[in-house]
Amino acid sequence: MLSLIVFLPVLAAAMLVVVPRVPDRVARWGWLAITLVDLALLVGMWIGYRNPQPGELAYEEQLQWMPSVGSSYHIGVDGLSLPLLTLTAVIFTACAVYALRETDRPRPQAALFLFLQSACLGLFAAQDLILFFVFFDLSIVGMYFIIAGWGHGNAARSALKFFLYTFLGSLALLLGFIGLYLGADPHTFDMVELAKSVPFQNAPLAGGFVLAAIFIGLAIKTPTFPFHTWLPPAHTDAPAIGSAVLAGVLLKMGTYGFLRIAMPLLPDAWRSWAWFIVVIGIVSVLYGALVALAQTDVKRMIAYTSVNHMGYIVLAVGAAGVVSDSSAQAQQVAITGAMVQMVSHGLITGALFLLAGVLYERRQSYDLNSFGGLAAPAPRYAAFFAVAAFASLGLPGFSGFIAEFQIFAGSIGTVPLSLLALPGILITAALFLRASQRLLTGKTRGLSSGFGDLKTSEALSIGSLLVLSVVIGVFPRFLLDVIEPAASVVVDLVGR
Amino acid sequence: MGGAIVALLAGSFLPRNRQVVTRWIAILALLTSVVAAGMAQPPMTVFEASFSVDAGSGFARIIIALATAFVIVLGIEELSGTRRESETYALLLLAALGAMVLSGASDLLILVTGYLLTSIPLYALVGMSRSPGAAEAALKTYLLGALLGITMLLGVTVLSGVSGGTSYRQLGFALGGAPAAAVVVGVVGVLGGLMFKAGGVPGHFWIPDATQAAGKAVAAFLTTVPKIGALIAAYRLLDIIPGSIDWPLLVGILAAASMTLGNLAAFWQDDVRRLLGWSTVSQVGYLMLPVAVAGRTDLALPSLLLYLAGYAATNLTAFAVVAALPSRRTLADYRGAARSHPWLAGALVVSLLGLVGTPPTVVFVGKFTTLTAAWDGGLVWLVVVAVINTVASLFYYLRWLAPMFSRTPAHPHSPPDPAPVAHSATVRRRWAAGSALVGAASVLILGIVAGAILSIAGSPLAH
Repeated sequence: MLSLIVFLPVLAAAMLVVVPRVPDRVARWGWLAITLVDLALLVGMWIGYRNPQPGELAYEEQLQWMPSVGSSYHIGVDGLSLPLLTLTAVIFTACAVYALRETDRPRPQAALFLFLQSACLGLFAAQDLILFFVFFDLSIVGMYFIIAGWGHGNAARSALKFFLYTFLGSLALLLGFIGLYLGADPHTFDMVELAKSVPFQNAPLAGGFVLAAIFIGLAIKTPTFPFHTWLPPAHTDAPAIGSAVLAGVLLKMGTYGFLRIAMPLLPDAWRSWAWFIVVIGIVSVLYGALVALAQTDVKRMIAYTSVNHMGYIVLAVGAAGVVSDSSAQAQQVAITGAMVQMVSHGLITGALFLLAGVLYERRQSYDLNSFGGLAAPAPRYAAFFAVAAFASLGLPGFSGFIAEFQIFAGSIGTVPLSLLALPGILITAALFLRASQRLLTGKTRGLSSGFGDLKTSEALSIGSLLVLSVVIGVFPRFLLDVIEPAASVVVDLVGR
Repeated sequence: MGGAIVALLAGSFLPRNRQVVTRWIAILALLTSVVAAGMAQPPMTVFEASFSVDAGSGFARIIIALATAFVIVLGIEELSGTRRESETYALLLLAALGAMVLSGASDLLILVTGYLLTSIPLYALVGMSRSPGAAEAALKTYLLGALLGITMLLGVTVLSGVSGGTSYRQLGFALGGAPAAAVVVGVVGVLGGLMFKAGGVPGHFWIPDATQAAGKAVAAFLTTVPKIGALIAAYRLLDIIPGSIDWPLLVGILAAASMTLGNLAAFWQDDVRRLLGWSTVSQVGYLMLPVAVAGRTDLALPSLLLYLAGYAATNLTAFAVVAALPSRRTLADYRGAARSHPWLAGALVVSLLGLVGTPPTVVFVGKFTTLTAAWDGGLVWLVVVAVINTVASLFYYLRWLAPMFSRTPAHPHSPPDPAPVAHSATVRRRWAAGSALVGAASVLILGIVAGAILSIAGSPLAH
């Protein structure tokens, strides 16, 4: 079942490539159909999901792959992966809906996105380090071709920078994985086995180096300060749906890796370095917010708020590494908040990037100053943008509020230093209000005059993301019930 | 086992009748030798312990024979009808035989024989092309080959002098008590010769020139097949050298130099064949990682063999694409090629990203197992150097790949080499294109079945 979900999109992509002369219409609708089927399967999986025992997985599958190096095809689901798998399917479905009106080579585009969807789903399902790495690299390759092939502006250069930078990160990750393999007894790449054997328990120095390699690899992908420089150009020049996938799904791979690999497999090293990770998180929060405030380009601004939002997650996972006798409750809240933030950021930022894409599609510009008073010619657009902006700044009622509240509630108790990140929320609020004001209110001027309102497909894809964010904001229980048991497993593992 | 060599020799002496016939005879001979090599046998040595039959030489024979057959197929259009067709096939077969001998040699004299048997046909193959640079390239190859051949003979003399014999068994016994300085001189000398064959630093100068100037099939051959023989030979030799000298450090430095130099030189190349030539120099660097930890970890030999197989498939696929598009010579010529030749562009993407080591291609598994082996063997610094080089190499491969998907096609200006064709931009050679696709498929399939290959290649070498 899980394998089917993972590989269905790539099989469809292969069909699109191999079968000659598929009409563009068929490619577009076929893409949408496949993403819907995949989403339906995942929803079915969620309904049938029962929280597994600690150290076990639901929907587990394992096949021999490379027995001589202790690596196998091992996939499974738990409370950390299920929300992200579903998020992946949701974002890709939204992209398929958004792209229904695409005219620029829709067939290869659909194939590429389906391929990328498989890579992302595979990554979140992988329970073997090498398998994880395989999907990690494939997602980079897929995204490179999306930016280079369908981007605008200086797309080739941005794509190259993205590829080189994240590839460097992936190789640092590979180094760390090899270190884990050699540090474990018996040698294995299996995450479940590794979590049981706790490598580097008596070798803090080696463990520290391995964690450093893995941390750099994941931090580049997340991205945290100071590894974020690839992100703004990649987002600015990527097509709208590429940006949505990049921010909504690919960035989560980094933070998911912290929870899935770095914390449970290297608990000693993680605890020793937790204060450092907390500081990185706080710096990312403040730096991302401040730089976003200085942007006049809508897409760059959203890209920098991603650095800010991902910073909260890094802060939370760092704070969860600060262990004391009475901290288990706070740690669990912080990790749950980090997970909710991943889902929430995926939905809201995905919607914001699609909205920015609409600007570019109509007017070939992201410049805040050239627009103004959009509310009059495009009321629907204005409403969607305002809702997305409020969701992103963490207004109660939206998923972002639940996430950030939990993150701070869980972090400040154990690490009072986390208070320093609070101004980040304030700055983001300010910049989103300012951007909405410039873009939407006032007299209609500049590029805004004659701006066409959202079409059905655009409204449908952006709207569904925002509705989900509200659903999580108002009824978070269904999500928290899945995440909380997994979060307490991580707390137990990191506290060893 | 012997059948492999006999079949190959028969194949190479038959030519001279009719040109087309020789091609099929050559391919048949090669495939026969694959079948012969495929018959499983326990590890042992033959011919008075001068030639080993084990996983190392067995794999080498299969890879070399398949690679040579692949080269012949990808060169069908390029070579057919030329005056030297049958000579080319004969020389290819002889050089392939030499590489096989190298891979199985467990006696210094056999090693020298293998060296000469690969080198001499190579000089002729490089010089046979009528392109302007061919004479220079052949001369360079010959001079470097002769020089390093002499250092190799010197090394052989010294090693046999201090140990009282030339067989590896004898060397293994006697070198432990031999003066370290003499062993160093001997090992350095022999390695020098092998590095010429492998195309690694310091014997790499001929590679880019020869790759650019020789015919495409020949270029594909000489950047692939000799390396297989030479690297397995180096592994086999170092496996028995005692720890009294720090040879892992020596090999590690050579490896680091090869990958770094190859990558830096490839950075700004505009000719695709020259770029591939330099890239093979850097690939030798990665391939030497397991050689540097020979015998120190169980993973070293399987990872070397897997990487060699993967490298052969991937590199040949890239050359097949180059051969299939004869009118495109520079990176700029490939602009927009994905439009006119989507399948070939796909094959090139697979092969070049494969050379970088992107999963799920076979080189990825090869690379990560060699890195693991090198780390396990204690050369962590070399692993870090290899990783940094891998990232750097991505840059020039992307310089080639990125323009292909550009929306404005190029207008190749340079005329195609042998046949004057008017509509050169769309010229595509069918056999070469077919082999490129087969190659790309095998790169992916080998990557998936890599685990099985690693298990088979796990048995130790025969001494």
